[in-house]
Amino acid sequence: MARRAIPILKRLVQSSDNPVNVGLASRVDRTRSVTYMPRPGDGTPRAVTLIPGDGIGPLVTGAVEQVMAAMHAPVYFERYEIHGDMKSVPQEVMDSIKKNKVCLKGGLNTPVGGGVSSLNVQLRKELDLYASLVHCCNYPGLPTRHENVDIVVIRENTEGEYAGLEHEVVPGVVESLKVITKFCSERIAQYAFEYAYLNNRKKVTAVHKANIMKLADGLFLESCREVATKYPGIKYNEIIVDNCCMQLVAKPEQFDVMVTPNLYGNLVANTAAGIAGGTGVMPGGNVGADHAVFEQGASAGNVGNMKVLEQKKANPVALLLSSAMMLRHLRFPSFADRLESAVKRVISEGKNHTKDLGGNCTTQEVVDAVIAALD
Amino acid sequence: MASQIVRRVLRARASEICAAQSATNPNSARVFSCFDRSLSSAAASGSDLIRATLFPGDGIGPEIAESVKQVFKAADVPIEWEEHYVGQEVDPRTQSFLTWESLESVRRNKVGLKGPMATPIGKGHRSLNLTLRKELNLYANVRPCYSLPGYKTRYDDVNLITIRENTEGEYSGLEHQVVRGVVESLKIITRQASLRVAEYAFHYAKTHGRDRVSAIHKANIMQKTDGLFLKCCREVAEKYPEIKYEEVVIDNCCMMLVKNPALFDVLVMPNLYGDIISDLCAGLIGGLGLTPSCNIGEGGIALAEAVHGSAPDIAGKNLANPTALTLSAVTMLRHLELHDKADRIQNAILNTIAEGKYRTADLGGSSSTTDFTKAIIDHL
Repeated sequence: MARRAIPILKRLVQSSDNPVNVGLASRVDRTRSVTYMPRPGDGTPRAVTLIPGDGIGPLVTGAVEQVMAAMHAPVYFERYEIHGDMKSVPQEVMDSIKKNKVCLKGGLNTPVGGGVSSLNVQLRKELDLYASLVHCCNYPGLPTRHENVDIVVIRENTEGEYAGLEHEVVPGVVESLKVITKFCSERIAQYAFEYAYLNNRKKVTAVHKANIMKLADGLFLESCREVATKYPGIKYNEIIVDNCCMQLVAKPEQFDVMVTPNLYGNLVANTAAGIAGGTGVMPGGNVGADHAVFEQGASAGNVGNMKVLEQKKANPVALLLSSAMMLRHLRFPSFADRLESAVKRVISEGKNHTKDLGGNCTTQEVVDAVIAALD
Repeated sequence: MASQIVRRVLRARASEICAAQSATNPNSARVFSCFDRSLSSAAASGSDLIRATLFPGDGIGPEIAESVKQVFKAADVPIEWEEHYVGQEVDPRTQSFLTWESLESVRRNKVGLKGPMATPIGKGHRSLNLTLRKELNLYANVRPCYSLPGYKTRYDDVNLITIRENTEGEYSGLEHQVVRGVVESLKIITRQASLRVAEYAFHYAKTHGRDRVSAIHKANIMQKTDGLFLKCCREVAEKYPEIKYEEVVIDNCCMMLVKNPALFDVLVMPNLYGDIISDLCAGLIGGLGLTPSCNIGEGGIALAEAVHGSAPDIAGKNLANPTALTLSAVTMLRHLELHDKADRIQNAILNTIAEGKYRTADLGGSSSTTDFTKAIIDHL
């Protein structure tokens, strides 16, 4: 953990000296001076598990593969086919992810009411990917109704309402258990504050419904408050989830980092992604102590529908930006920067937008534009 | 067996009465015979004065209630108000500050209007909203959300209704600590409650001329609970073939609502999702100060309420905005099938706000409550 923190901290210090770069998450950062001194051997190609997934998944992961090849990035992909209607994730895929530690995946479709438990949730629980992160911000060139949006939603990924413990008490009465534990709440709060600290964020907001679910969300809030005392430089406040959604729609600029339990995180992340430009654009990933799985940030529309699939007009931007996050996670910051600036340039030019952004391009056209924009 | 015969006789008698008036919906009667009876009885008394209970509430409540009374009088609405106030001591029969007489009055009159009530802090009594909900068996919360022309928000084309199941789901309040550091909270979904709210949603869609009902769920993760809710919605949808029915996962719904709210018409959902989505929709049109709301109870009870707070800082200063309470009173009129009066008052409010000359402080203007009320009356 400290090993990974050192290059990031180095960059933080150096970028504060350099007037061009402002902070670690600088957006259009073309003139990065030499800041990263790799260890010998850091450039050997890394293996990354690739799961194309269902629906538009193969289309968008194909886009990432093309762009990576064009950049000659030091990653190579090990493909594994999984589909959402399988009973469980095959053992070979799990072994591959455990070996490579990093995975990139497209959406997996969970059939509604089909008695098949979600493979996405299974993957997260088995690999203990306890934090899900979605970064929602305005990209210049995207038409949105809201300005000044820059929200990171950090969502607890393993327990809460997604415990999957349901049973029928008597015919016509069904119970579902929502489980909140101090252990999981503490570690997600710790991750949120650590993220804020390492990325120079000023405020962490905890989202809850503790006026109704006093014990469950009360425990979550208690853990957040305890962790907040350890980071006195970061402001902490709490907001009830229905008020939070209303504020997101009215004044999104008041939010910075948000930490939430499982279900509220799903709603808040999708709402925040929607106001910032759509879920087809926002990057995100799931991270645990040992592994990381990168995918399209907010879950709505990550499988797409038949029309988008047939016309091949899926939006690859979200997965491209997530793969840039992945490259940074693998400690290839220069490649990550190049990819991110190319994608942002394509978005701001506005000539190659897919249907969900108001344009009419196919996925392939967007990929070609990104490859052309790489420097 | 005997109860079925009695029910059938009563229904026949009720339908005789309602045959003289405009049609109420006959095909929901199979499941909710008492519901049907009360609808017809409400329609039957359309010609003489209808008694309605009024809870002015605290803070700005009395001022905006006065506003509503003036507007209704100017519009010649045949309603006689019966005012009740929240008491100062706990009534042992209801274990809250609401007296037994107030509750009985609502049960008798079947319609009511509630202003904002501040729940006093302390123990030994139930919260006021909880008391009302449990005693009157208010099972559905209806919030019509439409963009107010003239009050510009980022969204101009919102025109949807959220119907939220109000009794069970995640808000059952059944939590316990299993061992230190592990808490369980129960989410209960029953067939009866889901059928009830789905019936009301489709009935509402039919009587208000809406053509689509969307059920919001997370049944890909919570398969049995939300699956049961969806099954009940599907069953009811089959009885209304002229209304389109669709199911939307809640994360898709959130995203679609903030990108393009015109995609939705009537939304029906369980308790937690309903809470969040109805507040999100209120945010789309300008906040809780402008949103009407109505609670529907067993036996055809309709309690319209203003969902904003009691704003003690501006209480008594003639600055409050009566829009939310007046629009809620309009939904109450629609429930009573007094559609022409409801339209008149609603158009008057919309025109007043659209004109922009008289606006209260929260809408960016500087008029007082009385000026705003007078402007609405002038527009009638």
